Amino acid sequence: ARTGGFGLGREAHPEELAAWDVDVLPDGRGLPVGSGDVWTGDEVFSEKCASCHGDFAEGRDAWPVLAGGFDTLDDRDPVKTVGSYWPYLSTVWDYVHRSMPFGNAGTLTDDEVYAITAYILYSNNLVEDDFTLSNENFTEVEMYNTDGFIVDDRPAVEYTMWSGEPCMENCKDGPVEITRRSTEVGVTPADDGSMAESFMEEQLARLGGT
Amino acid sequence: MKATLSRRALLRSGFATGVSAAAGAALAQDGPDPLITETQDWAIYTGDPVDATPYGLPIRFEADVIRRNVPWLTADPISSINFTPIHALDGTITPQGCAFERHHSGAIELAKEDYRLMINGLVDTPLVFTYEDLERFPRENHVYFCECAANTGMEWAGAQLNGVQFTHGMIHNMEYTGVSLRTLLNEAGLGAAGDLSDKWVYVEGADASSNGRSIPMEKALDDVLVAFKANGEALRKEHGYPVRLVVPGWEGNMWVKWLRRIEVTDAAVQSREETSKYTDVLADGTARKWTWVMDAKSVITSPSPQQPITHGNGPLVITGLAWSGHGKITRVDISKDGGMTWETARLGRQGDTKALTRFYLDTEWNGEPWLLQSRAMDETGYVQPTKDELREVRGENSVYHNNCIQTWAIAPDGKAENVEVS
Repeated sequence: ARTGGFGLGREAHPEELAAWDVDVLPDGRGLPVGSGDVWTGDEVFSEKCASCHGDFAEGRDAWPVLAGGFDTLDDRDPVKTVGSYWPYLSTVWDYVHRSMPFGNAGTLTDDEVYAITAYILYSNNLVEDDFTLSNENFTEVEMYNTDGFIVDDRPAVEYTMWSGEPCMENCKDGPVEITRRSTEVGVTPADDGSMAESFMEEQLARLGGT
Repeated sequence: MKATLSRRALLRSGFATGVSAAAGAALAQDGPDPLITETQDWAIYTGDPVDATPYGLPIRFEADVIRRNVPWLTADPISSINFTPIHALDGTITPQGCAFERHHSGAIELAKEDYRLMINGLVDTPLVFTYEDLERFPRENHVYFCECAANTGMEWAGAQLNGVQFTHGMIHNMEYTGVSLRTLLNEAGLGAAGDLSDKWVYVEGADASSNGRSIPMEKALDDVLVAFKANGEALRKEHGYPVRLVVPGWEGNMWVKWLRRIEVTDAAVQSREETSKYTDVLADGTARKWTWVMDAKSVITSPSPQQPITHGNGPLVITGLAWSGHGKITRVDISKDGGMTWETARLGRQGDTKALTRFYLDTEWNGEPWLLQSRAMDETGYVQPTKDELREVRGENSVYHNNCIQTWAIAPDGKAENVEVS
C-alpha cells in the first residue's frame, strides 16, 4: 500500500528490482549463487581482460594495475591495486560484474565473475592456484588492506587547526622565495597539444591510469 | 620550456611588450581614432536576422573560452576529465557549454521517454518514476558548485600545470531546478527503514560505469536535489541529461549523473568509487574514506598564466573565485608578496551557501614582481590552508581534496606563472 503523499510513480515489479539492484555489500549480501576457479578465471581473463590489464593483471600502458604493489602505500609513489589497497572483495565482484569489461560492461555471467575474481586473488598471491570462489566461501577471503582505512577525520585533525583570525602582517619568518616553477616541468598542453614527454611518463606511472 | 599560453594570450602579451605598453593611450596621442572618425561597416550595413541562430554559441572572438583536456592524465578520453575555462569567466554562473566534464564510461545519450528512476531497498513501497512523474513533484531552485574531488590533485607534489583552467578548472556552478531527494524518499515511505540515524542511500547512474556511491541518510534528507534543469534549461547530455543528483558542498563524484536508482540500505555499499577511488592516502599509508565535504578554497583567475597583465602600469583588477562546502564564503584575503602581508578583497556580492563567490581587489600594478595569493574564509571560521600545511598533515599522495592556497608569480613583463613559494 502506498504511504507516500503525492501518489506519483508506481510500484516496482520484482523482475525490475532484480534487474537493477545488483550491488554487493562487504558482508556478501547481494551475491548470486555461483562459483568459479582460478584456472577458469585465467582463461576468461586472458580472453576478456588481459588486453588492457595484462596477462597477470599487472596492467598495460596506462591501464590500471590490478595486482602487486604490496606495502608501497607509504612510499613516494604508492601502487594501489586490488591486492595492496582494496579493502573488500565484494567491491571487486560488484564492479567487475557491473562495469567491466570497459566498453562492454554487464556481459559477464555470474560464474565468469566468480572465476575472474578468483584469478585476481591468485594474481595477488592471496589464494592458491587450486582455489574455487563461490557465494558460500566468499566472505572467508581475507583482503590485505581491510584495516587500512579511517573515516574522514578532518574535523578533529584539521578544522580546529585552520580556524580563527588569520595573520595579516609579517606572516613569515624569512624572505619569501620561489621553490617550484611549473614552467620547468613543462606538462601544460599547448594549443598544438605538445608537452614534455619524460615527465608525462613519470606522471602516468604515478597516477596508475584511470 | 614549451609554449603554455593560449595563442590569444601570446598575441596579447606580444602586443603589450612589443607594440606599446599602453596602446589605447598611444592611439589617442597620435591623433583621432579611425574607429571613431571613420564610419564602420557595422554602422552602415545590417547585422544577422533574428532567425539566423535558433540556439546561439558565443561570438567567434571568444573561441578560446572552451573546455580543454590534459591527455596524459588518463589512459583514454572516455574515463577522463576536462577543464572549465575559469581564467576567462567572471561572475559566478558557469555557462553549461564550457562547464567541465568527468565521465567514467563516456557521456551517454538517454532520452526522457527512456528514463526511469527506481527507489528501492528499505522503503515501504519500491517505486518506479518516469521523467514526467518527476516534473509533477514540488520544485526547488538553488545555486551550488560541483567540484571534482581531484581538482588541483596534480599539484600535490609541486607546481605542475601552468594555467588556472588546469589547476582549478574541475568545477562548475549552476542554478539547479529539481525535486528534493527527501520528497522522493518520503513518497516511497521510510517507515520500513526504522531508525534513520544509521541508514544510507546508495545512488547509481544509468551508464556502464554506474558510479555508485553511498550517502548517509542525514545528508540525503537535508539538501540533496534530484535535478533536471541547470541554468534555466535542461541538463546537458554530458552533465547527466535528463536527471542528475546534486549533493551540495560534497565532492563531485557523488553528483551521480543519469541517475537511475536510489536504494535505502542499512550499510554503506563500499563501492569501487568509495574504496579504490575517492579515498585519500596519508603519509603513513593509511587512507581516509568518506571524505565527502569540499573544504573552503579560492583561486585568483586573473591575472593568471592564461590571463597575463597586458595593459601596462596603472589600475588593475585582481579577481577570482572562492567557495566552501561548509557554507558561505565570508571573506577573501589577497597577498602580493607570497603570504607575508594580506589585504581583504571585495566580494562581488554576498556569498550563497555552498556556491561559487566572486571576489575583486581593485588595485594598481607598476611592473613590480608579485607573488599573488588568495585565502578564503567560510562561515564556520575555517581558513584556507597553504599547500605546505596540507602536506604536513597528509603527505603528497592524497590525490584528492587539495584546497591549498595557489601562488602566481607575476613578472615585470606581466606574465604569470604557477609557482610554489617558501
